[in-house]
Amino acid sequence: MSAFDIERVRAQFPMLSGREGARKLVFLDSAATSLKPRVVIDAEADFYARDYGTVRRGIYGLSQAATARYEGVREKARSFLNAREVNEIVFTRGTTEAINLVANSFGRSVLKSGDEVLVTAMEHHANIVSWQLVCKAVGATLSVLPIDDSGQLVLAELDRLLSPRVKVVALAHMSNVLGTVNPVAEVARRAHAAGAVVLVDGAQSAAHMPVDVQELGCDFFVCSSHKMCGPSGVGILYGRHEVLEAMPPWQGGGDMIVTVGFDETTFEAPPYRFEAGTPPIAQVIGFGAALDFLDGIGREHLAAHEHGLTDYATGRLHEVPGLRVFGSAPGKGGIIAFVIDGMAPYDIGTLLDEQGIAVRVGHHCAQPLMKRLGVASTVRASFGVYSTRADIDALVEGLHKVRGILS
Amino acid sequence: MTETIADKQAALIARFNTIPGWEDRYREIIRMGRDLPTFPEEHRLEKNKVKGCQSQVWLHARPDDGRVHYVGDSDAAIVKGLISLVLAVYSGHTFDAIIATPATFVDGLGLGQHLSQSRANGLSAMLKQVKLYALAFKAMANKQTL
Repeated sequence: MSAFDIERVRAQFPMLSGREGARKLVFLDSAATSLKPRVVIDAEADFYARDYGTVRRGIYGLSQAATARYEGVREKARSFLNAREVNEIVFTRGTTEAINLVANSFGRSVLKSGDEVLVTAMEHHANIVSWQLVCKAVGATLSVLPIDDSGQLVLAELDRLLSPRVKVVALAHMSNVLGTVNPVAEVARRAHAAGAVVLVDGAQSAAHMPVDVQELGCDFFVCSSHKMCGPSGVGILYGRHEVLEAMPPWQGGGDMIVTVGFDETTFEAPPYRFEAGTPPIAQVIGFGAALDFLDGIGREHLAAHEHGLTDYATGRLHEVPGLRVFGSAPGKGGIIAFVIDGMAPYDIGTLLDEQGIAVRVGHHCAQPLMKRLGVASTVRASFGVYSTRADIDALVEGLHKVRGILS
Repeated sequence: MTETIADKQAALIARFNTIPGWEDRYREIIRMGRDLPTFPEEHRLEKNKVKGCQSQVWLHARPDDGRVHYVGDSDAAIVKGLISLVLAVYSGHTFDAIIATPATFVDGLGLGQHLSQSRANGLSAMLKQVKLYALAFKAMANKQTL
């Protein structure tokens, strides 16, 4: 049972209540992006309308006030992830950019020919391709920790794969297809013992469960505002101070330097070293409102709510003949990927859309995982803070109707 | 062939407008997809795949005396139905008629937003490919007569 009033939560999301003339939305694609509560929309709009100014550049009051709010969100993010220091929080454009930043800055300065980056079989393309590009450039190789048929990492293989050549272990906190929550702390402990640093892709976990980077013991944790009820175009890179401090800049530009000469430039300390150019100021401020919103509900309540929905959905979906769910890890998060025998996911998604039910169809940016599961694509229903059992009932009814049309 | 491409599109729109309700319109599209001639396996090649579709789509064409005959297939039933609509409209017509006649039927079928936004399901990619075949065959034919 959820410990919060779901109807009061839903009333704060204009997409669920206030779309004039539009039919009721059954939104089951929160793993792709989340809907936005009014407080986030207002925070961003009000900043533009009343308080707009640039950050870290202006002598005038508006700029100084904007800077204070922008840096205030950095502190909120620190607290949200329980990082030790506020300087460990770098604002990026999102999870993808954060991984690319680490791959290009840390990766290119540390990885040498013959080294390895270890990822898992359930990674999103962002956590594969970013590393692959760097590996190709320096002559390193990408190795893969396999998963079992329930969609869990085969930890028995981990120590064998953690050779002294492995310098980075990059893994999802929660799979964007299987919903599996990986034992990150255990992986990090073993990876550190083998001398590797650990990057955790928190895109799917950050808004759905309590996250404590000190408890996880990871060196990097990355996530995206737009999946966390916040605006698009912002994300967080948490980096452990000692690691960030040693990393060279990735992108050059304004605001990341101390002195610039044509012969030599000296760079700011983290996080500014990694925030070249004017950042997405209003979006960061909106993100601050989103973090407050999520903390106001309480992520432990949120996690309980979504686990309840996942259990309910798993049970109800099995009523649909021929339906197969991928991923049965205990304690999995609110992401359910499935196929129905004899029906193309595209057809299912199209006919659900006709009924006002939004799901994702495709390979979910995880083609290697699709190959492992033996399918080209799946349908995926995923939940958020505003999801209800009624949404799941609508999905199941919708699927019965789809079967009626397709068979 | 007396019926023009425009005539066929008008007939298709008229027929779909007599079908009440989105579910039956989809049933009709899927039924038309089932009636597509079996796609020859020797043409199920990477080069015959239409790019830009969320599902897999194959399209092959051959010229015959100034006209183009198409065959197509998809792994999704709705998309297969859409292929069948496209081929019912264009297949068997002359190079010039295919090149000159835009597809107007898509918006007239009373399908949801999803299908009308043809980029998503590859319908626009399919239509483009249909025209490209006609253009290529016409260019080849002109070369031979020169």
